[in-house]
Amino acid sequence: MEQAHVTSSPSPLGGSRWGAADFKKGQPRWCPGCGDHFFLASLHKAMAEIGVAPSQTAVISGIGCSSRLPHYMATYGMNTIHGRAAAIATGCKVANPNLTVWQVSGDGDGLAIGGNHFIHANRRNINLNMILLNNRIYGLTKGQYSPTSPRGFVSKSSPYGTVEDPFRPAELCFGARGHFFARAVATDAPGTVEILKAAYNHKGSSVCEILQNCVIFNNGTHDAVYSKEGRAKNAIYLRHGEKMLFGENNEYGIVQEGFNIKPVKLGEDGYTEADVLVHDAKCEDNTLQLKLAEMEWPVALGVIRDVEAPTYDDCVWSQIEEVKAAKKYHNFAELLETNDIWEVK
Amino acid sequence: MEIKEKESVVVRFSGDSGDGMQLAGNIFSTVSATVGNSISTFPDYPADIRAPQGSLTGVSGFQVHIGAEQVYTPGDLCDVLVAMNAAALKTQYRYAKPDAAIIIDTDSFGPKDLEKAQFQTEDYLGEMGIDPDRVIACPLTSMVKDCLADSGMDAKSVSKCRNMFALGLVCWLFDRDLNVAFNFLREKFAKKPEIAEANIKVIQAGYDYGHNTHSSVANVYRVETKNKVPGRYMDITGNKATAYGFIAAAEKAGLKLYLGSYPITPATDVLHELSKHKSLGVITVQCEDEIAGCASAVGASFAGALAVTSTSGPGICLKSEAMNLAVIMELPLVVLDVQRGGPATGLPTKSEQTDLLQALFGRNGESPMPVVAAASPTDCFEMAFAASKMALEHMTPVILMTDAYVANGSAAFKLPNLSEYPAINPPYVPEELKGSWTPYMRNAEGVRYWAVPGREGFEHILGGLEKDDKTGAISTNPENHDLMTRKRQAKIAAIPVPDLEVLGDKDDAELLIVGFGGTYGHLHAAMDELRAQGKKVALAHFRYINPLPANTADVLRRYPKVVVAEQNMGQLAGWLRMKVDGFVPQQYNEVKGQPFKVAELVAAFGPLLTSPKGEGQKS
Repeated sequence: MEQAHVTSSPSPLGGSRWGAADFKKGQPRWCPGCGDHFFLASLHKAMAEIGVAPSQTAVISGIGCSSRLPHYMATYGMNTIHGRAAAIATGCKVANPNLTVWQVSGDGDGLAIGGNHFIHANRRNINLNMILLNNRIYGLTKGQYSPTSPRGFVSKSSPYGTVEDPFRPAELCFGARGHFFARAVATDAPGTVEILKAAYNHKGSSVCEILQNCVIFNNGTHDAVYSKEGRAKNAIYLRHGEKMLFGENNEYGIVQEGFNIKPVKLGEDGYTEADVLVHDAKCEDNTLQLKLAEMEWPVALGVIRDVEAPTYDDCVWSQIEEVKAAKKYHNFAELLETNDIWEVK
Repeated sequence: MEIKEKESVVVRFSGDSGDGMQLAGNIFSTVSATVGNSISTFPDYPADIRAPQGSLTGVSGFQVHIGAEQVYTPGDLCDVLVAMNAAALKTQYRYAKPDAAIIIDTDSFGPKDLEKAQFQTEDYLGEMGIDPDRVIACPLTSMVKDCLADSGMDAKSVSKCRNMFALGLVCWLFDRDLNVAFNFLREKFAKKPEIAEANIKVIQAGYDYGHNTHSSVANVYRVETKNKVPGRYMDITGNKATAYGFIAAAEKAGLKLYLGSYPITPATDVLHELSKHKSLGVITVQCEDEIAGCASAVGASFAGALAVTSTSGPGICLKSEAMNLAVIMELPLVVLDVQRGGPATGLPTKSEQTDLLQALFGRNGESPMPVVAAASPTDCFEMAFAASKMALEHMTPVILMTDAYVANGSAAFKLPNLSEYPAINPPYVPEELKGSWTPYMRNAEGVRYWAVPGREGFEHILGGLEKDDKTGAISTNPENHDLMTRKRQAKIAAIPVPDLEVLGDKDDAELLIVGFGGTYGHLHAAMDELRAQGKKVALAHFRYINPLPANTADVLRRYPKVVVAEQNMGQLAGWLRMKVDGFVPQQYNEVKGQPFKVAELVAAFGPLLTSPKGEGQKS
């Protein structure tokens, strides 16, 4: 498959004046079959459904294969420098809070060179939609291991296998006190559109991890969940308030066991549907959400955590309004008068 | 009592870091400025976080120069030295003139104090060769205790008032009106009136002590004011003036002011100052690092703000990649470099001019960026305004260079009237270009139009990759890259800057002194002194460094001898040699972390005027 199809059909919500084609620009240069093609199509679709005008939208990326993405957007945007997308997006959002800001990074851009900005954007809870396209490899520099490559991973820069543990993005996000974390597979358009819309609707930093395949340098890294059939067997779609059931016929569920959670087959070992936990993405305590995010089987998809909290940009602006109301000087001339002044005649 | 009329007097307050010398110095300069004296101040902080009390490394100084006429520097050496303890006397005496009056607190010269200050004997004056007749020795601590005995204050609070006794004594020495100091304190401690009144009581006690005890032995200095420029004034430090310049420029341009910053000495006060002024809508973001400070400012600029990032040399190293992003995206940004001693962490609290070549060249690729430098604390206002105007109107990052000396130094600042300042008109893309506009379309000055997000029909993507001149799409076309490189270069070269001004004997100088930035005061004072000796000397001081003023080559070639004096190993000299064919100046270079000394400059420049070229050259 060369490129995912993008339709310009009117929004299914009916409320948006925008179609996916209104957000689409240019001809993507990613490798045929690259997961970025699929994600881009989903992003166009999600933006159309969200309904924020292209002129009110900024898409800001760093450097890397996936960071080429803004060039295929008919919005405002920047394809900046390596690792700094979150910092640049922060300034953009604070200076103009009316803009809807999407920040796009790969696993190298976002978690290696840009790791510091990633955690601080989450800590501040600035209202950014932060997309993390995770293919567990450096593609643009042609095949070195990344901070999400598993221990022992063989690559051009680790011919004998890596001797370091990877970051788990959810753990990093939660460790930085992130309030929103969701996950989708690039090839799963409905699943991707759903979390992108949820990220937009969440006020604050919203991290969306997109599991994405690099066909050239790390082919098959997400094979277990990359196909619809694979996801039916190996993934669980989490929805707030719904029982955590999965499997081709919902024959599995997530249950609590002591201080942990585990997947079980219903009807075996005495487990029934009544034992299955109900997903709570709104729970402020992130303990169980972290456990869900870190399950290796099934892979948790959907919105894992979605907790409301004051956003940095709102607080910056409300503080300005409070101080404006409290202080008597509001322009430069009045500022001068707040000093000790003497007159020379 | 003899009253000495003086043209100018230098006072240096020194003591332990916790002794409040900066506050005493500040109040004294305000009191003096209020009567119309010209003032120039220089705080000299120790770099230690908190050196042990009474130790040699913990001494903090604040020097004030007050003059009847314009003073250009805080002065080389002081006429009055206040030493609050033994360590202060030991380390600060070298800043005193041979006939200086010295005020000491004898209560802080006990055996332990002397030991900490590494005196060998109890005859500390003899050890330092100080004539006791020049010393006003008073049991200052005991007198402050007596004075506040009935105040109900605890010992620590009482001890904190010692600086005010010294201040009172100095005010007596200079025949100053104490009411100004009283008002200052009442305002400063508005929420703690009992503290204000205690301080006031101690100032009065210090004044009275001088008057009653020493009126027969010491001189009272009087510095009258001449050539007053009428107007309303305030005392301002360079960092505060820089912050004010940004605020003024944002207001003039009708834009939000955004500062992305990370604390770093000696630039942090700009962050502090701007953080206070939310009532003017100023946005300050204290970022996770220097990189984010600059990167977030680039984001804010894209979003349509007047974006600033403030730092010192080590921070410039970290910001340079994001600065380059603003170069290639052609977005406005002001990068403030308050220079300090380097390399690496270097001398964090001290002053140098060693970042000039970093500012000009410290980025990958062909990366032309305007560089301007402030000449004095008050000039920081003018140059911050000018740098902002330049950035916004020419769609480019601009580096504004100050240094620890001008940033922390203060001077009387005539309140500016913004209506007298030029308009700032960013090149917003005209609405009629909708449909035909591409991101790198340029106006008549070669400046890319600014399309701020939010405007329908001007959606576009910028980035760090080279773009096609016509379409704005990514391009690796060799001819296009060459063309874009030249266009970026030409845009900066075409920025109009004021002509280089020549001061002094501009028609017939034998020697032209050349400098830039914060050394202006010292070079001016050195020129004045040489001219007072009958020598023919002129000064050309650069505030605009890239692009250089159009008359630069003409000025530099006009005089028989030129000396470029700078606080680095010859960076401006090298830049001028690169830009002016055949220009081979003499150089005066000093990298001590301290301001120039006028006397040393005069001693070095004098021989250039009387002996063959080459002699008298310091390096």
